[in-house]
Parts: sequence; C-alpha cells; structure tokens
Amino acid sequence: MAGKEDLKLLGLLVSPFVIRVRMALSMKGLNYEYVEEDLFNKSELLLKLNPVHKKVPVLIHNGKPICESLVILQYVDELFTGRAILPTDPYERATARFWAAYIEDKLCPAWIGILKAKAEEERAEKVKETLAAIEHVEVAFAKCSNGNVFFGGDSIGYLDIVLGSFLFWFEALRRMYGLEIINTSKTPLLAAWAERFGGSVEAKEVVPEADKAVQYANKLHAAAAVKLVSSE
Amino acid sequence: MAGGDDLKLLGLWSSPFVLRVQLALSLKGLSYEYIEEEALVNKGELLLKYNPVHKKVPVLIHNGKPVCESRVILQYIDEAFAGIGPSLLPADPYERAVARFWAAYIDDTMLPVWNKSSMGKTEEEMAEGKKQSLATAEVLEGALRDCGKGKPFFGGDSAGYVDVVLGGLLGWVRASDELHGVKPFDPERTPLLVAWSERFGALEAVEPVVPDVSRLVEFGKMWKARLAAAAAGASN
Repeated sequence: MAGKEDLKLLGLLVSPFVIRVRMALSMKGLNYEYVEEDLFNKSELLLKLNPVHKKVPVLIHNGKPICESLVILQYVDELFTGRAILPTDPYERATARFWAAYIEDKLCPAWIGILKAKAEEERAEKVKETLAAIEHVEVAFAKCSNGNVFFGGDSIGYLDIVLGSFLFWFEALRRMYGLEIINTSKTPLLAAWAERFGGSVEAKEVVPEADKAVQYANKLHAAAAVKLVSSE
Repeated sequence: MAGGDDLKLLGLWSSPFVLRVQLALSLKGLSYEYIEEEALVNKGELLLKYNPVHKKVPVLIHNGKPVCESRVILQYIDEAFAGIGPSLLPADPYERAVARFWAAYIDDTMLPVWNKSSMGKTEEEMAEGKKQSLATAEVLEGALRDCGKGKPFFGGDSAGYVDVVLGGLLGWVRASDELHGVKPFDPERTPLLVAWSERFGALEAVEPVVPDVSRLVEFGKMWKARLAAAAAGASN
C-alpha cells in the first residue's frame, strides 16, 4: 500500500480520459488532490504543466507532471504496487497495448466525431466508422477475456478502464441521437461486459451520470455555434 | 541470443514503422528472419492471418505469435528480451512516462503534419502542413534539449525508445529535401535534431539498416506521380 504520496490530478468530471486515471488511482488505493479544470478558461497550472497539449488529465506526482491518459495509467501501474492494471506477461501486455491503441486511434476519433460533426452527412459517416470499430472490439473481447468477465480476466484491467471510460458517453449519444453503439444483438459480449463494468464498485466511484455528458455536449455545441456566428 | 527463440519480421523496405522494429532488433543484437512484403506472392493472405485488424506491416512473429503496431512491438521486444542487449526504455518510471509521451507525440502530432506537408490535397493544405511541421520539430527540439539534458540521445548516453521511434523516419527525413524541397530538421531552427540525426544515423547498429536514400527518393517520386495521376483522373 502506497505511503503518503504527493499526488494531484488536473481533470474534468466528464472527461473519459480523466476518469481512466481516477479509476487507476482508486484501484491502487492512492489518495490525491483533485482539481476541476474549466477547459473554456484553462488555469495557469494546466498551461504550465502540459504546454504541449494543454489538455487534461495531468497527474502531478511530487511536483512532476505526467500527461496523456495511457501514459499515466502505465506510470501508475509501474510505480505503485497493489492491484495490477496491465497484465504481467509480455505477450499479454502487447495484446492489451495493441487494443488500447486501436480504441484510441480508431474508435475514439469516430465517436467524438459524432459529437463534433457539423452536418448530418458527416455525422452519418462517423456513426458508420464507430459501428465498424466497435465490431472489432467485440472480437477483441472474445480473444482477451479468455472466457472471463472482463478484458483483464476476472477483475477490471487496463482495457476495461480504457474502453469502460467511454460507456457513459455512449449512453449520452444514445439519448442525444438514438444511437446504440453497443447493443445486445450486434455486440452481445460487449453489452454484457458494459453492464458488469457499469455496475462495478470501481466504476460507480468515478463515472458520472450520462446526463452530465449530455449537458456538457450541449455546452460544447452552444460554444461552437457562438464561434461560428462571431466568425461571420 | 536467447536459444529457441524464433523471430520473424514481416516488413516493407520503405516503411519507417518497419525500420523502427529493425533498429530495435539491431540495437539489442537479436537475430530474426526478415520477410519482405513486396516480394511475397501471397502477401494478402499472410497479412490477413497475422494482422487481421490493420492488414499492415510491421508484424513481429515470436515463436509463431504475432505482435502488431510498431510502438507496441518495440515495448514487447524490450520486455520479452529484457536480459539481452541494452534496454530501450529507461529504468526509472518517470523517465519511462516521458519517453512514452514523446513517442506518442511523434506519431500522433508530428507525423500527421509531416504527411500533410507532402501529401496534402491542396497547395494551401501543404503550406499549412509545412508551417505546422516546423512548429512540431521545434517542440521536439525542446524535448531533446530539456529531457536529453545535453546528452547525445533522447535515451541519454545511448539510443533508446524515442531515438528508435524517431529514427525509423530517418530515411524519409533524408529523402525529404530532394523529394519535397523541405528539410524536416532545419539546421537553423532545430540544430540539436540535425546533430542527433547524424549521430544516430552513424551508429554501428543503425547505419546498415536504414534504407538507401536514393532508393527512397525514387520510390517517393513514383508515389507522388501515382497520386497526381489519380487526382487528375478523379477530376475528369
């Protein structure tokens, strides 16, 4: 069990990337100071500690910043003992990293693209991409879980956190656009997994209600509309 | 070299991502069988079998099991062959996080704008790409200066993970001036990166592995011509 560590997390309650880090810290039994950022009005601290991307999450450990959620997850896993987040076997770690990269590079831009789309055609395109990507992830679950209930085996691991952090946003997209990214007919394994993940102690601690995500999406859309108007 | 380890690498001579894996294997002194995709008759089949998700090279096949995605492969090599040759990633967890951050920066931020500058769909897009490329190179220069702390490589005294990730691009960096009239590493604005590329390129484990620049230029010219023809054909 980690002793008193100086840990601070710059975050946003509705950010899935931040939620990933909070889950990991919680799983390791670590206490930290949480600072909610206003991304429309970024703090000096955020700009100073993540000058390259100016994004959350930023984990500050003993004054030193670590950025990028997947980098932070691996950092927390390697530095602190307790529950393992990534598998220990090198081949299983490679498989986990492969799918995390897939989720980040293919699935993530697609579903975020649904929110950002400025026209129906663009949105339809992004929906198609999202549904295609999630099918690959369904196959991944079958392979990685090995008959177990989570990607990580019988308890939550790296991929569960990486994908699970998106679930409340998927529910928000369902409420906003009637879109079911994960459903029992097309992606039955993921549908069952999503229930388990959502009902877990780890998720309940840090994952917000989907409505918070809907509210935030409306805020983003309103801001984008203002920008468009003011640029005319 | 570990006995009983069967290593195969499915690659393409011109791919910077494949080159990264070759550089890592070379730095660690690991032997492997190289299978050139271009020379394969059944490449579609092989790629579908070993990389069904992306159908791309590089694929490292270790004792029959495939590992895909260059940065995943690099970390796999480092972990599976931990006792052999130098380590690619630093031992300290914070330094590892910094290395992973910059590797991600190279692929997610720098590469897309480099591609835009040479393969953008319009003159405007390419010009924007060139501007952004200069900016990202300057950020990377800062990383070498601040994280490297005056040491010869991103990895410190010897080449490591970030050096290999960036090093995979070396052939194309060299070819870029002749192909696109652009120096990704400008001697005035990014002198440390220029010095780094010469130093890295001269390493015993690196020099024989990097593809011939003139061959890359020829390939690049042919590729550009193909793209232009496709664009012309599409607009008819």
